[in-house]
Amino acid sequence: MTALGDVRRRRIDELAARAGQVPEGEGGVSLTRSAVRRLRRDPVAIAGAVIVVVFLLVAALAPLLAPRDPVTQYLLSEIRPGSIPGPREGFPLGVDNLGRDLLSRLVYGSRQSLLIGFVSTVLGVVVGMALGVLAGGLGGWVDTVVMRFVDILLSIPGLLMAITVSVLLGQNQYALMIAIAVVQVPVFARLLRGSMLAQRGSDYALAARALGVRRGRIVFGHVLPNSLSPVIVQATLSLATAIIEAAALSFLGLGDPDISRPEWGAMLASAQDFLSIRPALAIWPAVCIIVVALGFTLLGERLREALDPKFRR
Amino acid sequence: MTAAGEPLLRVQGLQVHFPIKRGVFVDRTVGHVRAVDGVDLAVDRGTTYGLVGESGCGKSTLGRAVLRLVEPTAGQVLFDGTDVASLRGEALRSMRRRMQMVFQDPLGSLDPRQDVESLLSEPLRAHGLGGGKAGIAARIRELLDAVGLPSAALRRYPHEFSGGQRQRIGIARAVALEPDLLIADEPVSALDVSVQAQVVNLLEELQQRLGLTYLVIAHDLAVVRHISDVVGVMYLGSLVEQAPADDLYDAPLHPYTRALMSAVPVPDPVVEERRERILLAGDLPSPANPPSGCRFHTRCPWRQETRCDDEVPVLRELAGGSSRPPHLVSCHWAEQIRDGLLTPRSAEEVAATQGVSVRPRGADDAGGDSLVQGLDEPTEVF
Amino acid sequence: MSIEALPPAAPDRSAVPVLEVEELTVTFTRRGERPTRAVDGVSFSVAAGETIGLVGESGCGKSVTSLAVMGLLPRRGVQVGGSVRFNGAELIGAPDRTLRELRGADMAMVFQDPLSSLNPTVPIGTQVTEVLVEHRDMSGKRAVAEAADLLDRVGIPDPTRRLKEYPHQLSGGMRQRALIAMALACSPRLLIADEPTTALDVTIQAQILELLRELVVDTGTALVMITHDLGVVAGLCDRVHVMYAGKVIETADRHELFARPRQPYTGGLLASVPRLDAGRGTPLTPIRGSARDAIPWAEGCAFAPRCDNAQDDCLTEVAGSTVPLEYDGPGRELRCRHPLTYPRQTPAGAPSSGSTDSGSTSSGSTASGAGR
Repeated sequence: MTALGDVRRRRIDELAARAGQVPEGEGGVSLTRSAVRRLRRDPVAIAGAVIVVVFLLVAALAPLLAPRDPVTQYLLSEIRPGSIPGPREGFPLGVDNLGRDLLSRLVYGSRQSLLIGFVSTVLGVVVGMALGVLAGGLGGWVDTVVMRFVDILLSIPGLLMAITVSVLLGQNQYALMIAIAVVQVPVFARLLRGSMLAQRGSDYALAARALGVRRGRIVFGHVLPNSLSPVIVQATLSLATAIIEAAALSFLGLGDPDISRPEWGAMLASAQDFLSIRPALAIWPAVCIIVVALGFTLLGERLREALDPKFRR
Repeated sequence: MTAAGEPLLRVQGLQVHFPIKRGVFVDRTVGHVRAVDGVDLAVDRGTTYGLVGESGCGKSTLGRAVLRLVEPTAGQVLFDGTDVASLRGEALRSMRRRMQMVFQDPLGSLDPRQDVESLLSEPLRAHGLGGGKAGIAARIRELLDAVGLPSAALRRYPHEFSGGQRQRIGIARAVALEPDLLIADEPVSALDVSVQAQVVNLLEELQQRLGLTYLVIAHDLAVVRHISDVVGVMYLGSLVEQAPADDLYDAPLHPYTRALMSAVPVPDPVVEERRERILLAGDLPSPANPPSGCRFHTRCPWRQETRCDDEVPVLRELAGGSSRPPHLVSCHWAEQIRDGLLTPRSAEEVAATQGVSVRPRGADDAGGDSLVQGLDEPTEVF
Repeated sequence: MSIEALPPAAPDRSAVPVLEVEELTVTFTRRGERPTRAVDGVSFSVAAGETIGLVGESGCGKSVTSLAVMGLLPRRGVQVGGSVRFNGAELIGAPDRTLRELRGADMAMVFQDPLSSLNPTVPIGTQVTEVLVEHRDMSGKRAVAEAADLLDRVGIPDPTRRLKEYPHQLSGGMRQRALIAMALACSPRLLIADEPTTALDVTIQAQILELLRELVVDTGTALVMITHDLGVVAGLCDRVHVMYAGKVIETADRHELFARPRQPYTGGLLASVPRLDAGRGTPLTPIRGSARDAIPWAEGCAFAPRCDNAQDDCLTEVAGSTVPLEYDGPGRELRCRHPLTYPRQTPAGAPSSGSTDSGSTSSGSTASGAGR
């Protein structure tokens, strides 16, 4: 036999020894890590993430990026009924009806819009999850009571509920956040409960019970972590909805009354009187809302796919 | 330890009925699915009891009721002299240490977010065993070794293994607590053919090494025959025949057992061409509304005009039986069938005499069928 | 039971085969991943009244083969090569319309999971009559009568009532029967059954297999049976093709194959399944590892890592070449350099193949050595 024959001989032995063994190469890739890997390879997810990150950066660096102060009035002399100055040197997007720089307002507006979106979603997720865990983890009559309550919440149209809450709590930005969060609570409660019920019926939960693992550990150590995927996805998608809802409430005049904090929805609302004169005043904030919402939606949708057990390999 | 003569597990008159609930506001119980309806069996120490039957016959529910993963409606489960059905709380939890389960779907029964180390250490930690961190680590390595997995597996997650390897992990986890009884619910049916034998051999090897007692639940008669000392055949929630494995296969007495055995394909064309085939008419009737008398009479090729329809047969030993444990059968006409005094009818004839009743009876009310299908996966888990 | 007015089983089986598959390859390409070849040069043919079996474990490419034959693979991300001739007409690259007309009318398929292959929102009857109206130009009324007839033929009792029922109201066995009834609606000349009994209980499996057996005998339909169950093959198929990692590794008549398996994989499978007619304690000899351990065919025999007979020449010496599928006695083909021999010997390799192989080894190794 040639030397090459020996090489192949050794290779065969090596292959035979390896059969049935754990495959070589790096292993220990948890589901979360493999989901992140898939996301990193997904152009759509990357696009969504880029949009989100850009807006986050803009919000964070607003004082550095905004060319002017968002509240100071400029060019007041040129504003008269039927004419609002458009883009020009120093004012890339022009000014609004009160002479405030539109670009600067958009930049600062991202802070308020994203903040409301994040805070209200986090609030909604936390309370919703608490209810969901209560219902899905304890079951029985607790489940029935919690879920009937959630059903009642769900049966009220979201915007109507938000309006009611924000009227009840008075007009300030915290009321706005709470109002939007209240709308989200039943969604998350339901989602988590359903997901937990499904996971609770799974074989691994049964296996844990057969092993004599304590109930608390089964619920919090096994069932809950495996039930979170849809909640994470929904939370991402909800960020988009929350921002749109914040805008809608502001548009309806229920937003933050503090004019020193520009907000896209409020900008949109105040622009409606000037639609015929300068539609750009409405278009720009609307575009911002849409693009941010799109970013979160793309990310959320792809996150759903990445976390989907059907794609696990 | 009790006397050696006493079986490790004794099941007496076990019943598991699942309520069928309906209603808009308040759930009303409109009936019961009799998943397990009065089963007696005993498993001796160090032996394997194989429970066979088709889906919906209640075999999985029986296994789960023994472990109290579903609540028995009536009857006793005596494990080493203790009635498991009466245990509560912590007493039940610590009893679980001695009875473990291997599941059908190796992937589904392992938490996808746990790596192997965490999977295997969990039972030890839950029962405060293993003797600290170092002790647990050593024990895990021992377990991996016992089931033929390398220690490189420790940091990996269930989805990174092949089906056979996952089942090995499931087995390692089940034996981690050094149980006395292992209930294996379809341990190989989800695996590829070439891998099944590995797992079967592993189970046998572990039994010898650790002195385990097995209750193996399977639909595959060939696997059950291979692995079991005593085999019980279930049909619609009750045992129809029970005998030492070789006796049962050499001389099946119950018509259902005969049909079941004639239906199992043998990988040998010569055998396949020669063997007698007993085709059964129709499907399994709904366990929510089982047939009267002998439950098998709607499909039985040997059904007689008398007794079968209205008299419930009991599990009995035929006259002249000598095997230990005894060969038991629940058929009124077992002697006559054994001696060839009765001639079977074809599936068409049976279907004709039974009219439309060969269809699953539960199918009349919506959801009846799904109940039959879903019997082995009861949703009441906690 | 009425049998469709079709010419009885073709007496001469060597006549033009109903289906001829030659060098079929299916490659899946996914963005960001290396293309995977699921089916790698598979050839077989079926004549009227004949049953062939494609046997293998999950992932061996048997199901993909059947989907490729039926033209049911998605166009995107899948490349199908080779030739599939149905009654002499080429199907690979044929327009969708042609394929659609053939499917259901001349060739039909039965799947493993009857519930997901039936539309849950449409009664069984409508689904069967649809096929009849579409492919046999029947009027609605006649189609209903014919549908009832079909259900009766596949052994569904009380067919007229069953026609109005939805798939979820039927048991698993009944659903599979309904699916077979749909497949038979146009008296297809070719029926592909992909694990048709895997989801069913043994007693129901026996009923379905009996039905298929009768069908082949009565109507002369060519049947391609795809299964992992050697027992099913032993009772049903005339010829058997054993597949591993996308290639056929052994082909033989049923009796030959089970009496004298030549590929160590086939032999291993037979030795590893517990048999009902073997006593307790008859040892099982498992094949080590799992299908995951297969190496690419370009590197050598994919089964080599799991094979007890493996020798150094099971790995390829010339890049791109592999162990060929070769004539192995009348009616047999084999892809193996060190097959099982009879009477059984210790794995040593047949002397004849060994000598020819070592000749090609030396020349091949220099070639590959120069290439590197």
